[in-house]
Amino acid sequence: MATQDTTVGAQPAPIRLRAEGRRWGEVAVKALLALCALVSVVTTLGIVLALLEPAIEFFREVSIVDFFSGDRWAPLFEPASFGVQPLLVGTFAVTFWACLVALPCGLGVAIFLSEYAHPRVRGILKPALEVLAGIPTVVFGFFALAFFTPLLQDLGLGVGTFNVLAAGLVMGVMLIPTVASISEDAMSAVPQDLRDGAYGLGATRLQVSTRIVVPAAISGIVASYVLAISRAVGETMIVLIAAGGIAQITFDPREPEQTMTAFIGATGLGDVPTGSIEYKTIFAVGLTLFVLTLAMNLVSIRLVRKFREVYE
Amino acid sequence: MSVPAAALGPGPRGAKVRGTLFYVLLLVAVFIGFLLLGTLIVDVLRKGIGYLDPTLLTEPNSSNPENAGAGPAIRGTIYMMVLLLVMVVPVGVGTAVYLEEYADRDRWYNRLLELNIQNLAAVPSIVYGILGLAFLVRGLGLGRVLLAGALILTLLVLPTVIVASREAIRSVPDSIRQGAFALGATQWQVVSRQVLPAAIPGIATGSILALARAIGETAPLLLVGALTFVTTNPSLLGAFTALPIQIYQWIARPQDEFRLLAAAGIIVLLAILLTMNAFAIWLRNRYQRRW
Repeated sequence: MATQDTTVGAQPAPIRLRAEGRRWGEVAVKALLALCALVSVVTTLGIVLALLEPAIEFFREVSIVDFFSGDRWAPLFEPASFGVQPLLVGTFAVTFWACLVALPCGLGVAIFLSEYAHPRVRGILKPALEVLAGIPTVVFGFFALAFFTPLLQDLGLGVGTFNVLAAGLVMGVMLIPTVASISEDAMSAVPQDLRDGAYGLGATRLQVSTRIVVPAAISGIVASYVLAISRAVGETMIVLIAAGGIAQITFDPREPEQTMTAFIGATGLGDVPTGSIEYKTIFAVGLTLFVLTLAMNLVSIRLVRKFREVYE
Repeated sequence: MSVPAAALGPGPRGAKVRGTLFYVLLLVAVFIGFLLLGTLIVDVLRKGIGYLDPTLLTEPNSSNPENAGAGPAIRGTIYMMVLLLVMVVPVGVGTAVYLEEYADRDRWYNRLLELNIQNLAAVPSIVYGILGLAFLVRGLGLGRVLLAGALILTLLVLPTVIVASREAIRSVPDSIRQGAFALGATQWQVVSRQVLPAAIPGIATGSILALARAIGETAPLLLVGALTFVTTNPSLLGAFTALPIQIYQWIARPQDEFRLLAAAGIIVLLAILLTMNAFAIWLRNRYQRRW
């Protein structure tokens, strides 16, 4: 085009298609936007630094072996003891009960939405799930303590006022939308051809769901599971309110237990003096929590990418 | 085409029974969530309705449940909402524009940036509280003030705003950009006059939902010290409390009356959040363009 124009035109002046010079305004805008993007990087660095420095100081005073192998957590007592195992056991106990509800129900909701539900039903169910996902955790905590625990008591399960069971089960319901939405994303990414092929061979809807769609979407489903576990481990308010604050190693869900998050919450809201060992325990436990959830998040992100790569 | 009639009929009986059973199981899975949601709302309404009065909305907290209110807490939450909006939307949209319109995906640092944002979205909220405690409250010596709380919530929901804005920007078709470029627009002119105006409904919806999530957060605010007895109006650099924190404080009291008061507080909180959610959904349905 350009060569043609110059030969036909009366004046074969060279047309300069490139910018006259650097547009400094454009450069400034790009720099400003990059600066915005930098905020999230600084946040991560800030989190790591905030956790690491006091945690290292903590591990100078308490050996890291004692921290992980000790089975008594009593940082505020005399003599203090810093075995983190009770907090880990508490965390995993609550997570276990939450998963017992969230994983099967979330998958069920996802299969229902993706394979069974009429578009009109989907149109009602999906916003309703968003509402469930949008309820603050402090509200779920209140519900676990003031409604669900008394209900379990009336059922004669012998639960205490504060117990792991109520906190875990309510948290499980809270996590259903997390599992359902990511799993359903993965299932909708499965090509319709696969389903049609199976139906063509005479498969029932059950067979298509369980033998075609679920295996094809498995990386997304696992990703949603890992993310749900990570969120259960990191959830604070429900356990702080409903699971009690006693750090003990027990597998009886009717007993109160303390989780890592509940310890951080309970200790951090008081006026602990900066630099004291109690203050540093917040960061040591926080670092453990952060590393644990970070590992799970990275696995989950990796798995989500996998299903995106295969089908999209 | 001589297919035996039997082969086209319903399959074996067992398959049908299994299919029905599976369908029932799925319905149960769907039902559990909504059963709990419904019970929760009914229970909170039943317990809290008696305390839902002007005292709750305007008066400060008190040790007597009859006179106790959440006035300063509600105002704290509203102030925080405004601060959040001012801080999180520009930074979030800026990041999204950078990632979608400017960043070269093949560069390692841009890929790391994306991974970083995805991970930040899943960091437990209490860890953000620790960040606030270490850097804002103690490190900078800001103290336990409203600004510290708002800053922490900003960082907490920033990834949500970024993800929503990116999706909105991505849904603007490339032909619009190409058209503008062909007319000689610079990159920023394309972004600011074509892409962003077209993406505003999506960005607004995502931002409102993120905001709703932020003001329901409790755990990080506990660590930046919102659990204080506040009777005055909140100010930027003054002690503050927020509605979820006030609710937590009432729940933690042993007396039953405070439980009921907490339920009343929850009604107010849920009313605010559901209004915001409904507004966001309305906005999405009203203004979203299908290209």
